[in-house]
Amino acid sequence: MKLPAFAYACPETLEEAVALLAAGAGTAKALSGGQSLLPTMAFRLVAPSLLVDLRKLPGLDRISLGEDGVRLGAKVRWRDIERDARLASAHPLLARAVAHVAHYQIRNRGTVGGNLAHADPAAEMPGVAVTCDAELALTGSKGTRVVRAADFFLGPLSTVLADDELIVEVRLPAWPPGRRWGFEEFALRRGDFALAGVAAYYDPDAEGIARNAHIGVIGACHRAHRLARAEAALNGRAADEQAILASAEVAAAEVDPPTDLHASAAYRRALVQTLLERALLRAAS
Amino acid sequence: MNPKHPFAAVGAPVERVEDLRLLRGRGKYVDDLHCEGMLHAAILRSPVAHGRIRAIDCAAARAMPGVRGIFTAEDIAQTSKGSIPTIPLRAAPLPELVRFEQPVIAHRKVRYVGEPIALAVADSAALAEDALEAIGLDIEPLPAVAGWRASARNDVLLFEECASNQPITYTASKGDAASVNAAYVRRERLRVQRHTACCMEPRGLLALWDGAQAKLEVSGAAKVPFAVRRALAQCLDLPEDCVDMIEADTGGSFGVRGEFYPEDYLVPFAARKLNRPVKWTEDRRENLLASDHAREVDMEVEIACEKDGTILALRGRAWVDMGAYVRANASVQPCNIAQYLSGPYRVPNIHVQSTMVLTNKTPVGTYRAPGRFEADFFRERLFDMAARDLAIDPVEFRRRNLLCKEEMPYPFATLRPPERKGETDSGDYRIALERCLAEIGWAEKSRLQGRLIEGRYHGLGIGCFIEGGGAGPRENARLVVEPDGSVSVYVGSANLGQGLETVCTQIAAEALALPMERIRVFHGSTAHLKEGFGSFHSRSVVMGGSAILAAAENLRGAIRAAAARRLGCAVSDVVIGEGLSASQAAGGKTLALSESVPQGLSAEGTFASHHHTTAYGAAAAHVAVDARTGRIELLDYVMVEDIGRIINPLTARGQAIGAIVQGLGGTLLENLVYDEEGQLLTASLVDYLLPSATDFPHIRAILLEDSPSPHNPLGAKGGGEGGTVAVGGVVANAVAAALVTLGVEPRELPLAPQRIWHLIDAARR
Ligand SMILES: Cc1cc2nc3c(=O)[nH]c(=O)nc-3n(C[C@H](O)[C@H](O)[C@H](O)COP(=O)(O)OP(=O)(O)OC[C@H]3O[C@@H](n4cnc5c(N)ncnc54)[C@H](O)[C@@H]3O)c2cc1C
Repeated sequence: MKLPAFAYACPETLEEAVALLAAGAGTAKALSGGQSLLPTMAFRLVAPSLLVDLRKLPGLDRISLGEDGVRLGAKVRWRDIERDARLASAHPLLARAVAHVAHYQIRNRGTVGGNLAHADPAAEMPGVAVTCDAELALTGSKGTRVVRAADFFLGPLSTVLADDELIVEVRLPAWPPGRRWGFEEFALRRGDFALAGVAAYYDPDAEGIARNAHIGVIGACHRAHRLARAEAALNGRAADEQAILASAEVAAAEVDPPTDLHASAAYRRALVQTLLERALLRAAS
Repeated sequence: MNPKHPFAAVGAPVERVEDLRLLRGRGKYVDDLHCEGMLHAAILRSPVAHGRIRAIDCAAARAMPGVRGIFTAEDIAQTSKGSIPTIPLRAAPLPELVRFEQPVIAHRKVRYVGEPIALAVADSAALAEDALEAIGLDIEPLPAVAGWRASARNDVLLFEECASNQPITYTASKGDAASVNAAYVRRERLRVQRHTACCMEPRGLLALWDGAQAKLEVSGAAKVPFAVRRALAQCLDLPEDCVDMIEADTGGSFGVRGEFYPEDYLVPFAARKLNRPVKWTEDRRENLLASDHAREVDMEVEIACEKDGTILALRGRAWVDMGAYVRANASVQPCNIAQYLSGPYRVPNIHVQSTMVLTNKTPVGTYRAPGRFEADFFRERLFDMAARDLAIDPVEFRRRNLLCKEEMPYPFATLRPPERKGETDSGDYRIALERCLAEIGWAEKSRLQGRLIEGRYHGLGIGCFIEGGGAGPRENARLVVEPDGSVSVYVGSANLGQGLETVCTQIAAEALALPMERIRVFHGSTAHLKEGFGSFHSRSVVMGGSAILAAAENLRGAIRAAAARRLGCAVSDVVIGEGLSASQAAGGKTLALSESVPQGLSAEGTFASHHHTTAYGAAAAHVAVDARTGRIELLDYVMVEDIGRIINPLTARGQAIGAIVQGLGGTLLENLVYDEEGQLLTASLVDYLLPSATDFPHIRAILLEDSPSPHNPLGAKGGGEGGTVAVGGVVANAVAAALVTLGVEPRELPLAPQRIWHLIDAARR
C-alpha cells in the first residue's frame, strides 16, 4: 500500500494547472483533498505520472450566496459547508445531505470538486447537484464551459470531464422560501457510503398542491439521477400520505439498482421506497 | 497475601501504568523501530485461490535499482536442505494434522489468495512493492474449493497426496446421547460466518542478523514469543539460544497476532541471507488476507428434552472451514465447539462431532473466545426455539438447566483425539443470571417483546455462558532487586494491549509490600527468561500473576537468608517490613534493603497448573428492529460475569467492554466474504465492517468476584474473553423475539440489515 512513483507539481494559477494536465495527456491527475485519489493509488489501481496539486489555486474555496443561488468553489471542503451557518436557510438540503458524508478526518479534507469528479454513485453531493438542477463550471485549455449536473455523470466513476479539464465551481439554483424537502439515506455505519439514498423537494402552491417535484436517487443507481415517474406521481397532487406512498412505490419500480456484497437489487429497491416515503413524509409535515 | 497492608494494590482501580506513555505518543510499535542499514520487505501473494506454479520470473525485479533480493521457494529450498519448512503445529499437534501444515512459502502449488510466493527486499517499502509488480507469475489455475460442501465432496483435492480435504474429526461425548428417547426433539442447521480479529496495529517484524555471532534478533513478537522462537530456530536450523524474540508495544492480538506465520520465517531468512536488517510491516489488505481468519462453521445441532424443558441430550455435527492449511493453533476452534457446546448447563448426554474441512481460503486460527462464540450462538438459539415450542419462558428454561453450586466441579464432554477431559471449577451461576435480569429490567421490559413501537419491533434476548482461562502448563517470573531499591519483574506473559504491565505491577507491589512506583515490569521477550508461555486463553493473570507470587515468595526468602547472615540470627527470626527492609523480630535492628542484600539479588518463581479456570456469566440484549430496512439498533446490552478475584476493576471492565464490542462486530457487521473463485471480496475496511466508536453506545459490563478460582493462589480466573462469548446468541435471540409475529428465525450470522430484510421478505411470501 505504498504509492507508486509519480511527479508532483503545485501550480499557482488555474491556467498553469490546466496546462500541466493538458501536457500530461491523460496520465496527469488533479489532487484536491486526496481522500479518494490517494487510496486508489495506494492500492495501485491507478498510477498517474504527475499529480497536479490544486492547493495553491486562488479563489476556489469560497461559498458565495446570491440572487441566483449558492455557488461552491471546487475546493470547498465538507467542513466548510458544515460550518457555514447561512446554508441552513440558503440551501437546507445541501447542508443536510453533506452531514452524511464520511468521517471527521475525511470531512476536513474532502472537497466538492474532487467528490463530483470522482463520481461515486453513492456520494451525496452528486445527488444534491442532480436533484437541484445544478450546473458545473469546467475549465480546460479551450476555456470554460458550463454543464448541467444531469449531463455530467456518465456512470460509476465516469464523467464528461476531459483530461485537461478542472471543475471550478458548482452552482445550485436559488432555494425559494416555502419549499418542502427531505433527505434520507441508509448506510451500514455512520459515515459510510449509502446503500441507497434519496433527495426530494417540491414547491406547494397556494392550495397545497405539490408542484415542481424533484426526486433524486443515490446508491441504488449507477449514477445519481432524477426519478421522473416518481416526480410525476407527486406533481399536481396534494402531498398527503396517499400521494406520498404512491410516489414511493413508483420510485421503487423506476430505479435500476446494482447488486453487490452489502445489498441485493431487491433490497435496494425496497430501501428506495422506504427512504422516499420517509423523506416526503418529513417534507410534508 | 494480606489485603490490609498499605500496599494492597490488588483489587484497586488504578489507572493503567502504560497509558501516559502511550497517550503521549511515546509508545514504540514495531514500525517505529529503525536501524542503520535497514532494508524493507514486501511480499508477493497469490492472486488465485488454487493453482499450480509453473514459473516465477524474477529477473526483471532483481535488476531494478534499489532492489537487494528476491526470494522464492527455490531460494529457500536451496538453503534448507532441499525442503521448505512448514509452520509447526503449536496447540494439540497430532500426526494426522502434520501433513496439512503450511509451507512458509508457496511451493509448486498455491492454495489461497494471499499465500506468499516471493519476498522482495529493497531500500524502501515502495521500491519493494514496485519490484513485486515486475515479477512474472505463471500459475495454472485449478478449480477452487470455496466452501465446506465442495470440500466434503473431495473431487478437488487441496493436497492430492492426502486423498481427502478433511484432516480430522473430533468427537465430544458424554453419557449415551444416541439412545436418549425424549418427548421433545428439535434439530436445526445454523451457521457462523468467517470473520476475525482485525488488530488496530497490523503485524510487523524487524529482523537483525549478527553474522559474526550467528545470532538473530527479531522485534515484533507478541502472544507466544518463546513458542515462535522455538519454531523459528528449528526452521532456520539455529540453536534456540541464538534467536531472540523481542516484544515492542503491541496494538492488539486477540489470538491472531503473534503466532508463527510465513512472514516470521521469510523476514529473518532474508536478513540472514543479505546480512542486513530487514523490516516488514503488514498493510491492511495483507492483514485481511494473510493474518488468521476465524469462526466459519456450519453446524447441525439437536436438542432432546423433557416436556418441562429438562435437557436430556445434545447431539450435533459441525463442519469447520479451516481454509487451506492447518496453522499453528487451528485445532482449538473445532475442539472447543464440540467440547463446550453444553456451556454452563447440565447436559447428561452429549455426542458432538466436529470436522475440519479444508478450502481454498485463508487459514484460520484462534480469535477471542475461539469456538465458544460459535457454540454459544448455536446452543442459545436452539434453546430459545425449544423453549418457544414447549411454551416455556426462555429465562425459566435456562434456570431449569443451569448448573448449581452443589454440582461443582461439573464435567464437560470428553474430547477425542487425543483424550481431553475438562470440568468447571467453581461458582453459583444463578447469581450472575439473576443479576443480569435485574440490571436489564427483564421483568418490566418483557412486555415489550415483539411489540411494534414507532415503527420498530422490540425484542429482548438472554443467554448464559462460561469462559475458559488459565491454560498451563506453567509460567515463569524472575524478580531482580535494583541498586535503587526498586524491583524489576520479568514475566513470560506478553502484553498485547490488555494492561499486563499494570496488573503485574499491582500483583508484585502487593506481594512485596512495595509502592507500585518501585516495580518495573518487563515481559514478552525471550531475552528475559529461560522459558515463558505467553498470553492466550486468558492466562496472563492466572498463570503469569501466580508466577510473580511464587517469585516474590522466593525473593522474600532470599532477603531473609541474606539478612539473617548480616544480623547473625536465625532465618526464621527475620521479619520483612516496608520497602523490603529486614529486621530481627522483637524490636531488633532493622536493615534497609540495600544493606541486607547483595546488588542484583534475584529470585525466580514458577506456577504450574493443568486446571483451567471457568469464569461464568449471563448477558441480555434489548433491540429495536426496523422491519422496512432490516436495521437493528442495540438499545441496551448488559453482561454480568464472575471472573474470580479481580486484580484491577478498571482494566477488567475495559477488557469486558472491548470483548463485547468485538462480539457485536461479529454478530452484526463483520463478514469475510469469498466468491466462488475463492477471491476475498472484503479485503479492505470499506467492505469489512468493523464497529466504530459510534455504533454501540449502550453497553454495560458488570463484573463479580463471588467465586475465586480454587486452582491458583490469586483466586483469579481468565477474564479477557467472556464478553465475546455470549453476544451472537443473545443478540440473535433478541432479534428473533422482536420479529416473532413476522415468523423470522435468524439461523446465520451476521445479522446484517440485508439479511434481516430478506428473512422478513421471505416470511411474508
Ligand atoms: C473512508 C471514506 C469514506 C467516505 N465516505 C463518503 C461518503 O459517505 N460520501 C461521499 O460523498 N464521499 C465519501 N468519501 C469521499 C470523500 O468525501 C471525498 O469527497 C472524495 O474522496 C473526493 O474528494 P477529494 O477532495 O478528496 O478528491 P481527490 O481524492 O483529491 O480526487 C478525486 C478525483 O477527483 C479528481 N479531481 C479532484 N479535484 C478536481 C477538480 N477540481 N476538477 C476535476 N477533477 C478533480 C482527482 O484527479 C481524482 O481523480 C469517503 C472517503 C473515504 C476515504
